[in-house]
Amino acid sequence: MSVGDTSQPTAGRGIEHRFGRYGGQYVPETLMPALAELEKAWTEAREDQGYRAELELLLRDFAGRPTPLYHAERFSERAGRPVYLKREDLNHTGSHKLNNALGQALLAKRMGKRRIIAETGAGQHGVATATVCALLDMECVIYMGTEDTRRQAPNVQRMELLGARVHAVDAGARTLKEATSAAIRDWVTNVGDTHYIIGSVVGPAPYPALVRDLQRVIGDEARAQMLEREGRLPARVVACVGGGSNALGIFTAFLEDERVDLVGVEAGGEGIDTERHGAPLTVGGRAGVLHGALSAVMQDEEGQIIEAHSISAGLDYPGTGPQHAFLRDSGRARYEAVTDRQALAAFREVSRLEGIIPALETAHALAWTLAQPDGELDLVCLSGRGDKDLAEVLAR
Amino acid sequence: MSATATPHDGGQATGIDRIAQAFAANGKRAALMPYLMGGFPTLAESVRIGQACVHAGADMLELGVPYSDPLADGPVIHEAGTRALAGGATLMGVLEVARALTPSVPVVLMCYANMVLAPGADAFVERLVRSGASGLIVPDLPFEEAPEVLAACDARGLALVPLVAPTTPPERLARIGKRARGFLYTVSVVGTTGERAALADRFADVVARAKASTEVPVALGFGISTPEQALQAAQAGADGVIVGTRLVRAAGESDDPAAGVGEVVAELAAALL
Repeated sequence: MSVGDTSQPTAGRGIEHRFGRYGGQYVPETLMPALAELEKAWTEAREDQGYRAELELLLRDFAGRPTPLYHAERFSERAGRPVYLKREDLNHTGSHKLNNALGQALLAKRMGKRRIIAETGAGQHGVATATVCALLDMECVIYMGTEDTRRQAPNVQRMELLGARVHAVDAGARTLKEATSAAIRDWVTNVGDTHYIIGSVVGPAPYPALVRDLQRVIGDEARAQMLEREGRLPARVVACVGGGSNALGIFTAFLEDERVDLVGVEAGGEGIDTERHGAPLTVGGRAGVLHGALSAVMQDEEGQIIEAHSISAGLDYPGTGPQHAFLRDSGRARYEAVTDRQALAAFREVSRLEGIIPALETAHALAWTLAQPDGELDLVCLSGRGDKDLAEVLAR
Repeated sequence: MSATATPHDGGQATGIDRIAQAFAANGKRAALMPYLMGGFPTLAESVRIGQACVHAGADMLELGVPYSDPLADGPVIHEAGTRALAGGATLMGVLEVARALTPSVPVVLMCYANMVLAPGADAFVERLVRSGASGLIVPDLPFEEAPEVLAACDARGLALVPLVAPTTPPERLARIGKRARGFLYTVSVVGTTGERAALADRFADVVARAKASTEVPVALGFGISTPEQALQAAQAGADGVIVGTRLVRAAGESDDPAAGVGEVVAELAAALL
């Protein structure tokens, strides 16, 4: 297949502000004109031949797309059915995050914004953003919680080597939620010359739709690759969900294929019967507003956001993308949780079974897949590689 | 606006009426509206701070509800909110602070959207009205997301005070100004709450734009911390001046928070006479 097809399926459609009741723009007034400007820019860019050609060329020659679809034979043997892995870990910088960062940075350039900010949890989005800023010669500031700068130290070093300034955020639980809040405050203050490259399908409209549009290349490629290899669609598509961009990236191509089961795997942390998890979709609490959108959120009775917990920094987030909440309610996708312990076991097991060290985030999706007794043909999004997690895992 | 006065309160002044009165008859160049963070340093101390503000010349009070993720606030107010929450402050506790202060001064609650939506807009507004508060500011609830909360507020005569920013384009400003209740909260700078050096040269333009868009009074806030800036805001035509971070800092730095805040408010009030 050609990477030239990537943005085709969204052409001519509007940009969603709401997915059912979820989504919206719950942000300070100062940002509202910037969101309108961004929406207009994206509406134009995604139809623009020049923009698309530039993005497609970079996705091919810089990122290395299309990424392979890999029939994981020993994993399949272990699972008792064929399992294919979509190898986003082989994307440049080691995860799917680059797809979005490239698209948004090119968009920022079109908008005349030379300063880029981003939040990061695991550091994968931070590294991807720092990378595109080096490529396009843009100023780059990354916000990261101090707990995450500790547990994902290699990625901090990579970002700094790439020329980014990493702002350690010391508020709250010192993880992704606070890093995102700090990035939004920076944007409120510097909105004139700054573009905020949000790293997942979260935030105020148009971000959830914009990031999904840029990540759907994962599923568009994988669907075509699966048809070519197996002559049929997968019975099930599995991906981990924090904010949920790799999951929506791979789900989107299959939304109309009603027989394909879509499964998002959240961080079960120490167990969803405790308060120490990051699984707002699975536990199905009341909807709430976090970082500009109404979605599934972990909160208390009065509406204070509760800190999440996960061993995986990228899933350690109390909210999730609004389209996921919609897909859950509509029944089109389902969401399950995998604990820290299960994810760690899968991290080690898949390393030995397949010679692939997955990211701890991805290990949640792999753990869930390994635990299923049933199924006929699984497609799992291998969203990133796990080099960044070695110190954290080996310390246990 | 008097058309929104509610019949059920037997002719008593609504929140909207009280706010209008505070702007109309304050004897100053502009109404002075100090901000305090509910529960910082403690709920009991918040009441004392509010009373000190009134004695020092405050015409209205803006009472902040501490929130886990205050996106519109700079580090000083964010930290105060975090400490208030760590000290056990809840919405119900902050509404008790409001209840203690509303007999002497109109109180406008500043509360983030998720806490308003959590119990539902109607239930939230009902609680607020019962505390005696006059208005509500929701810094992350722009025009587009506000209809449900606005309807709930209008039904009870509570003022839903919208914010406008220097980045708000003219057409949008006009739409927001038209739906403003109580006053139009005009953000003087591009940024979060916090003290800033000299930005007064831009006040005139910001205030003029806001005043042209609405029939309610215009209050200037964000970045105003000194008596000089307060006077400059009034001279620029602002009907009200909101001072927050400077006072929250005073509450945090002083051994006697109420006295510390009262002193600063007295200086601000003197500048506006």
